[in-house]
Amino acid sequence: MTAPASPPKKVRGEPILAVENLVKHFPISRGVVFQRQIGAVRAVDGVSFDLRRGETLGIVGESGCGKSTLARLLMRLEMPTSGAATLEGRDLFAARGGELRRLRRNMQMVLQDPYTSLNPRMTVGDIIGEPFEIHPEAAPKGSRQQRVQELLDMVGLSPEHINRYPHQFSGGQRQRIGIARALALRPEVIVCDEPVSALDVSIQAQVINLLEQLQDELGLSYIFIAHDLSVVRHICDRVAVMYLGRIVELGTEEEIYQRATHPYTQALLSAVPVPDPEQRDNQNMIRLIGDVPSPANPPSGCRFRTRCWKAQDVCATQDPDAVPRAADPHPSACHFAELREPTSPS
Amino acid sequence: MSDFETVAASEDPNARRGPSGEPNAPNQVGGTAVTPGRPRSLAGDAWRDLRRKPIFWISSALVLVVTAMAAVPALFTAADPADCLLSRQHAGPSGGAIFGYDFQGCNTYARAVYGARASLLVGALSALLTGLIALTVGMLAGYFGRWIDAILSRVIDIVLGIPLLLAAIVLLKRVASDSATIRIAAVIFVLAVLGWTTTARVVRSSVITAKEQDYVSAARMLGASNSRIMWRHILPNTLAPAIVVLTIALGSFIAAEATLSFLGIGLKEPTISWGIDINNGRVHMRESATPLMVPSTFLALTVLAFIMLGDAIRDAFDPKLR
Amino acid sequence: MRRNRPTRGSERKAGTVSQSAVQPTPASPTPEGGHLLEVRDLHVEFRTGEGVAKVINGVSYHLDAGETLAVLGESGSGKSVTAQAIMGILDTPPAVIRSGQIRYQGRDLLTQSEEQRRQVRGTEIAMIFQDALSALNPTFPVGWQIGETLRQRAGMSRGDARRRAIELMELVKIPDAANRLGDYPHQFSGGMRQRVMIAMALALNPKVLIADEPTTALDVTVQAQIMDLLSDLRRDLGMAMILITHDLGVVAGVADRIAVMYAGRIVEHADVRSLYKTPAHPYTKGLLESIPRLDFHGQQLSTIRGLPPNLMRIPAGCPFHPRCPYVQQVCLDVVPHDLVLGDGRTSACHFAQEVRDDRAR
Repeated sequence: MTAPASPPKKVRGEPILAVENLVKHFPISRGVVFQRQIGAVRAVDGVSFDLRRGETLGIVGESGCGKSTLARLLMRLEMPTSGAATLEGRDLFAARGGELRRLRRNMQMVLQDPYTSLNPRMTVGDIIGEPFEIHPEAAPKGSRQQRVQELLDMVGLSPEHINRYPHQFSGGQRQRIGIARALALRPEVIVCDEPVSALDVSIQAQVINLLEQLQDELGLSYIFIAHDLSVVRHICDRVAVMYLGRIVELGTEEEIYQRATHPYTQALLSAVPVPDPEQRDNQNMIRLIGDVPSPANPPSGCRFRTRCWKAQDVCATQDPDAVPRAADPHPSACHFAELREPTSPS
Repeated sequence: MSDFETVAASEDPNARRGPSGEPNAPNQVGGTAVTPGRPRSLAGDAWRDLRRKPIFWISSALVLVVTAMAAVPALFTAADPADCLLSRQHAGPSGGAIFGYDFQGCNTYARAVYGARASLLVGALSALLTGLIALTVGMLAGYFGRWIDAILSRVIDIVLGIPLLLAAIVLLKRVASDSATIRIAAVIFVLAVLGWTTTARVVRSSVITAKEQDYVSAARMLGASNSRIMWRHILPNTLAPAIVVLTIALGSFIAAEATLSFLGIGLKEPTISWGIDINNGRVHMRESATPLMVPSTFLALTVLAFIMLGDAIRDAFDPKLR
Repeated sequence: MRRNRPTRGSERKAGTVSQSAVQPTPASPTPEGGHLLEVRDLHVEFRTGEGVAKVINGVSYHLDAGETLAVLGESGSGKSVTAQAIMGILDTPPAVIRSGQIRYQGRDLLTQSEEQRRQVRGTEIAMIFQDALSALNPTFPVGWQIGETLRQRAGMSRGDARRRAIELMELVKIPDAANRLGDYPHQFSGGMRQRVMIAMALALNPKVLIADEPTTALDVTVQAQIMDLLSDLRRDLGMAMILITHDLGVVAGVADRIAVMYAGRIVEHADVRSLYKTPAHPYTKGLLESIPRLDFHGQQLSTIRGLPPNLMRIPAGCPFHPRCPYVQQVCLDVVPHDLVLGDGRTSACHFAQEVRDDRAR
C-alpha cells in the first residue's frame, strides 16, 4: 500500500456523515389528472449508519434492496419521506440554495454506468470542467483548464484528451472520467454506486486500485455500493448488508465476512461463486429459495422470514432491530442471530 | 453485438505501443497526437466536421442560390414575371424565356424565380416558428412532467385533432387584407400554429429519454440549475430528431401553402409563389407540362437542399458519427 | 468432477494429448467424427463502415456428449459471436464467416441450407441468453410461448402442448406452474424469467444447450439457483452444455473444461482444475490474479495493464503482447501457435511452460 500522504488536519475516524432512520416511500398512484395513492414502494425503510472520515463503508444487497435509492437520497436527488442525515454536522435535507451548493461541493458521486453517465455531446474537458462552471468560486476562470488537466492526470488519463468525446474511450476510461468529475470540487465524501460492475474483469481491478489510491492521497471517505461481495470485501473497512429497504447487519469487514450472524448475510456470502474449482464439492452452501418479495408489500415482522430457514412464529409478528447480539457484538437484525455452524442446511 | 462495438469503437493505443510501457501504466487513448491547446466546443467541432463534407457544401450552395433568388430575383432573370401576353400562351422557349410560357402567356422561368421569395418565406419561417413552439412546449412538458405535461400533452392532442384545411379556411377567411406581406404572414402564422404538434411530440419524448440519463443526474448532483440542465444537457441531445422532423416539415409547409393558395385563401395574385404556379400548371398539364414541371423542380430541389442540410448538421452535432 | 473422456478409442490415438479441436491448422489429419459438436478454425469478420473488425480469428473447440465446456472471455473476445455462429443466428451482414467448419455429429453446419439449419436449431442445439426479458415476447403469455414451439416444431396439439409446457415449467422448478401458464413475462421476476427461457430452450429436447451469460443480470442468490438448475438439468437430461461467461467464479463451479478467449482466439484450453491451479497463459493468469476474492481480504489488486485491442487493428504477433508481463521480442513478431502441454491442455503463448511453472507472484 502506498503511504498515506494526506495531511490529517481533520481527525480520521470521526463521523463525517450520519444517517438517522432514513425513510423513502415512493407512492403508487392511479389516475392521470385526479391521482389517488393506492400504496407505496418502501424503497428505503428506516436506515441508520455513520460514515467515518477516511473509511470505506460498503453497502451490499440484491437488486431492489434500496441501496441505489439510498445513494440518490444522500445526493439530494430525492427527498426522504422522513429521517435525517448530517454531513459534518450540517443537515443534509434542510439545506437550500447556497447552503445546499456548499454541501454538494463536499459530497459527490460516481455512477454505475460509464456509458450513460457522460453527456455524449460534451468534450471530456467540458464534462470535467462543468463542476467549476456551476461552482465558479471553486476555481478561478483562468485556472480551470489547468485544473481539468490535473484531474485527468490524477485519474490516469492523458491531459491531452480534453478535446475528445466520451465515445472515444473504453468503459474503464469513461469511469475514470466520471471519477475525475466527482473529484473536481475536492469533496471529502464520495458515494460510489456500483462503480465497477459495468466493467470487464481485467479493467475492474484497475479502477478499484485507482479508487484506493485516491483515497490514500486525498483522504476521501467512500460509501461503496455494490452487489459484488468480493469487491466489497476487498475495498471496504465496514459493511452494511441491506435487504428490502433495511440494514439487516452492519459490522467491520471481518465481522461481516467471518462472523456474520444474520441468516441473509450468511446466505448471500455462501452464494458467491468462489473462483476455485477445488471448492466445488464443498457442500457448505445455503441455497435461498424464491425471490426477494416486492418492496411495495414487504412481509410482516422480519422481512427476510419468507426466505429464511430459521423463521419461527415470532418472526412474523416482531420486527427484529439491528442491535448487537449475543453471538457477536455487531448489530444484526435477527431474533435468532448466531454464528454459522460449519454445516448448515443446504 | 454491443460488446463488439464497444471495443471496436474505442481506440487502442497499445496496438502501437511497444512492450516497454511500464506496468500498471494508465490506459491511454493513444493515436493521433492532440495538442493540448485551446479547449474545443461541440459547435466548433461540428463546424470543423461540416467543412469537410461535400453534402454540406452542395446543400448550402443550393439553399444560398434559392435565398439569393428570393432576395434579388432580378439577378437571375431580366424578364418581368408580370409581363404576360395571352398571345404567347404555351409558347416554346425563346430569348429570356428558357422554359417557354405558361397558359397566361407569362415567362415560366421568371415566375419560378420570382416565386422563390414567397415560398421560401413561408417554408422557412413556418418551420422556424414551428420549431420554436415545439421546442418550448416539448421541453417544458418533457422536463417538468406532472401536471405541466398533462396539460401541454392535452393541448397537443387537441391541436392535432383540428383538421388543418378547415382551421386554415376559418382563420384565413378573416384576413381581409390583400397586402402580400400580411397574407404571407398570415399563412406562416396559420401553418405554424396548426403544424407544431408532431415536432413537439418528438421533442417531448426525446426530452423524457434524455432526462432519465445518468449524466443529467450527475449534473444535478453537482448543483446544476434546471435551466443549465435543459440548455447544456438536454437540448443538444434533443435537437437531432427535431431537426429531421423540421426539415421534412419545411417541404410540406411550402406544399401546404400551395394548397391554401389554390383554395383561394392563401396567397393571392399578383403575389407569385411556387404553390400558385404548380396549381395553375396542374390545371393545364395536358396542354403543356413545362409550367408545372419548372416550379415543381424548384420546390423539390429546395426541399431536398434543406433536408440534406438538416441531415448534415444533425450528423455533425453527433460526436459518435465523426 | 469427471473430465469426460469417453473411451471412444477410435478418435483418440494413444499418446497424443491433443486432437484436431485445439490444433490451429485445419488440415490436421486427425480422424473425423466422435465429437458431438466441433468448431474448427472459425474466422468471422464484421464489415462496417469504419472498417473490418476481425472478431473471430481461428477458433477451434469441441464438445462431447454430456460435458460442460466453459468459454471464458471479456467483452469483445468473440465468445458470443462463436456461439451465434454455431446457432446460425449471426447477423450477416455485417458479419461474414470467412472460413472454418462447425461440425455437429460429423456434419458441417456451415454448408447446410437454411432449412436444414432450422431443423438443428432447437431440436439439437438450443441457446439461452443473458436478457430473458427481451428474449421473451412481452405480448403473449409464457405458457403460449413455450407451447408455440411445441406446436410448430413438434406438431403437437394444443392440449398436448399445454400439458408439455406445464411439465417443462415444473422441470425448471417454477412453482405453481399450471397456474402461471397464463402469466406474461413482466409478471415474473428476473430469475423466474430465466427459468421460462430455459424451459423454452428445453422444449424440443436438445442435445446441446448454449448458455450465453445466463446469470449475469441476476443477483447472487438467484444466480446460484439458476446455476444449480442448469447443472442438474444437464446431468438429468444428459445434455452437453457450452457456458459462455466472463465470471471466473461461475465457471469454477460447473465447468469440466475451459476455453479462454482473447481477441477472437482461444488463448488457453484446459480442464478446469489445472487452469485455475496452474494457468499457462499470461492472460488467464492475469485474470485470476486481478479478481478480488471473497475468501481473502486483499491487498492491492494486481492488474492487467492496458485495454483489450481494437478488433480493427489487432496487434501483430501475439495479440496479447502489449499487455503481457512476459513479453519478449518474439511476441511482437510471431503469432504463437497452440503449445500442447499434456493432459489436453494448450496455450497460445510462446512461454506457456514458463508461465505455467511460474507460481511465485
